[in-house]
Amino acid sequence: MNQPTTTNGAPAHRVYLDHAATTPMRPEAVAAMTAQLSAAGNPSSLHASGRAARRVVEESREAIARAINARPGEVVFTSGGTESDNLAVKGLYWARLEADPRRTRILSTTVEHHAVLDTLHWLEERGADVELLPVNRCGRLRLEALREAVERDPASVALVTVMWANNEVGTVQPIREVVEIAHAHGIPVHTDAVQAIGQVPVDFAAVDVDALTLTAHKVGGPFGVGALVLGREIELTPLLHGGGQERDVRSGTLDAPAIAGFAAAVELSVTRQPEHAARVAALRDDLLRRVSEQVPDAVLNGDKDCSVTNRLPGNAHIQFPGCEGDSLLMLLDARGIECSTGSACSAGVPQASHVLLAMGADEVAARSALRFSLGHTTTQADVDALVEVIGPVVERARAAGIASGFGIRPPGPAAAVKVG
Amino acid sequence: MSGGVDSAVAAARAAEMGYDVTGIHLALSRNPKSYRTGSRGCCTIEDAGDARRAADVIGIPFYVWDMSDRFHEDVVEDFMSEYAEGRTPNPCLRCNEKIKFAAVLERAVALGFDAVATGHYAQLVTGDDGLIQMHRAVDMGKDQSYVLGVLTQDQLGRSLFPLGDSRKEDVRREADRRGLSVANKPDSHDICFISDGDTAGWLREKLGVGSGEIVDHATGDVLGTHEGSFGFTIGQRKGLRIGRPAEDGKPRYVLDIEPVSGTVTVGPREELTVDHITAFRPRWCGTVPAEPLEGTVQLRAHGEEHRATVTVRGEDVVIELHDPAQGIAPGQAAVVYDGTRVVGSATITTALRRQPA
Repeated sequence: MNQPTTTNGAPAHRVYLDHAATTPMRPEAVAAMTAQLSAAGNPSSLHASGRAARRVVEESREAIARAINARPGEVVFTSGGTESDNLAVKGLYWARLEADPRRTRILSTTVEHHAVLDTLHWLEERGADVELLPVNRCGRLRLEALREAVERDPASVALVTVMWANNEVGTVQPIREVVEIAHAHGIPVHTDAVQAIGQVPVDFAAVDVDALTLTAHKVGGPFGVGALVLGREIELTPLLHGGGQERDVRSGTLDAPAIAGFAAAVELSVTRQPEHAARVAALRDDLLRRVSEQVPDAVLNGDKDCSVTNRLPGNAHIQFPGCEGDSLLMLLDARGIECSTGSACSAGVPQASHVLLAMGADEVAARSALRFSLGHTTTQADVDALVEVIGPVVERARAAGIASGFGIRPPGPAAAVKVG
Repeated sequence: MSGGVDSAVAAARAAEMGYDVTGIHLALSRNPKSYRTGSRGCCTIEDAGDARRAADVIGIPFYVWDMSDRFHEDVVEDFMSEYAEGRTPNPCLRCNEKIKFAAVLERAVALGFDAVATGHYAQLVTGDDGLIQMHRAVDMGKDQSYVLGVLTQDQLGRSLFPLGDSRKEDVRREADRRGLSVANKPDSHDICFISDGDTAGWLREKLGVGSGEIVDHATGDVLGTHEGSFGFTIGQRKGLRIGRPAEDGKPRYVLDIEPVSGTVTVGPREELTVDHITAFRPRWCGTVPAEPLEGTVQLRAHGEEHRATVTVRGEDVVIELHDPAQGIAPGQAAVVYDGTRVVGSATITTALRRQPA
């Protein structure tokens, strides 16, 4: 390699196309956070230093609430998306079950993030009756299946949890309709909206969902902080006990600097959402068109209809028949282009994406995909850089796939996901 | 990069030699444990983490390749079927032959790499004839040329063994100097996919019990029964549950295992000695020996060298030992050496006594 390298052998100039994993911190968020880092005050303390820290927290809470049309008292700060998902799912389930022992069922989907899915499996091992409802080939929840599952025995349902937008294929779920079906029977609804904030309009009050997860690092805020937006009347069993912070829902000293960064990021993301969505959608569409030209048999997963209402604007999930996703990732990484196979990793061993499998892809197809996700720092040059190398990279990955006997059938239309 | 000290230092040396190095951890186990417990077993999630950290320290990219299906087919199933046939296989040779320097190498070359480097202790030199030669390592206690005896010239042409010229203690010291935290990690030994070291128990679980009789080699008398001939090996003395001692009071050893009936034949130590070995499926590191070769053979991992005359007839190899040896098990590899140079290897089919005692 002739390019200058950083540590870990990568070319120094990186083309980052993995914003769904995390996105660079916005300068305003860095500034807001930095301004608080040297302040010494526990927001729970009663003296002036404590009050100063408290003020930062409360102003941040108000800013976040405003941005998503919730009340400030509905915003509960946590350590991030995973904690918020755990708190919502476990907390709502246990509270609902305690109020009425018949409520042993939890309804969700097959395409949830692992922070929800693994929590559901854990509860299932301890007696919960978990039903994962099917999605269509576009990855969208089949509402009829939800309706049937609820109406079969509404008194037995503790809660419904459906993500607002999918992190792998970008499909936006019909949350309003989910809430209508559940609320007709008094069943609370939680939604993991971490991928949706700042990408599509998210209005907590209008959608009338009962609990909503968001996290800072997906919107250009710091790692380690997020929120569960929770209707004031909703009963929930806490995970963390202690000082009683966040109205006893989530004890623990609040990270005021991180919260300040979180609020700045959310405000900016939501304010800029319309132009951001239009800009990245255009870049994304350009990426798809030109990658298709370079690799004619590449297949777009998820929702073929790329309008913003149905799909996240920055998401481009592409299957490359005959190639192993992790070979593609490695070859692109060596050329400075960073993306994701979108699948969970256990010790770094790629697994077939459960989302793609749920959408009807076979094992081989589910391991042949890459996720490119564009963000607030993505430029036309980034797209150009990817398009330039994708052809040769796919050729090499295909040769390697053949060498290792990847996929028993030769690549062709039969191996691709038919999007309907 | 297994997560052990040898592959970590090998990667560091390769990077320093100027190669463009990428660290690969092979996930070979279908159900990896999270943590290493002692020195048995390999490729736990903790091992993968150790390998990743070593790659970070060295400054090279790192990925995990899942070879667990191929490994199961080519190594684990072969191991089971060999034992089921009454033979004693060596899975490490099979892994090198089919996985590390085959499946891994093929994928690597297809992705644009030139060679596979490992932490094996062996040395490669180019001979005057332009062929690559593999020789024993400098550290005879750690020499692993035996398990590499399955490599062909093509495979050797795409291999790199940076540790061949070093002693193990020096490698550990170097790891420490380089800031590789695996410097003090214990070496793994025994079979990597049998993490508790209980091969007999593992075989019983996979192959079933396979009970049968224990008979005397001379008289054919039934001396006892056993519950599982799998796991017995030629030359074994322990674990034979025979009620009465031999007439001469001397210990008895396993001489033969007949897998279908499960009959295990035992006899005195003298009956174990052999001097005429046949082997098949040879793999040559360089040219095939045309004339009978006066060299040495090693007949098991960590075994001694035996002076021998080796004659090759196509796919069959005949090895005449100059001095008799004991406890040679069919299924093991006979690796042929010409001095320190590895000539090749073959799988032992029979071991007999030709010369009278």
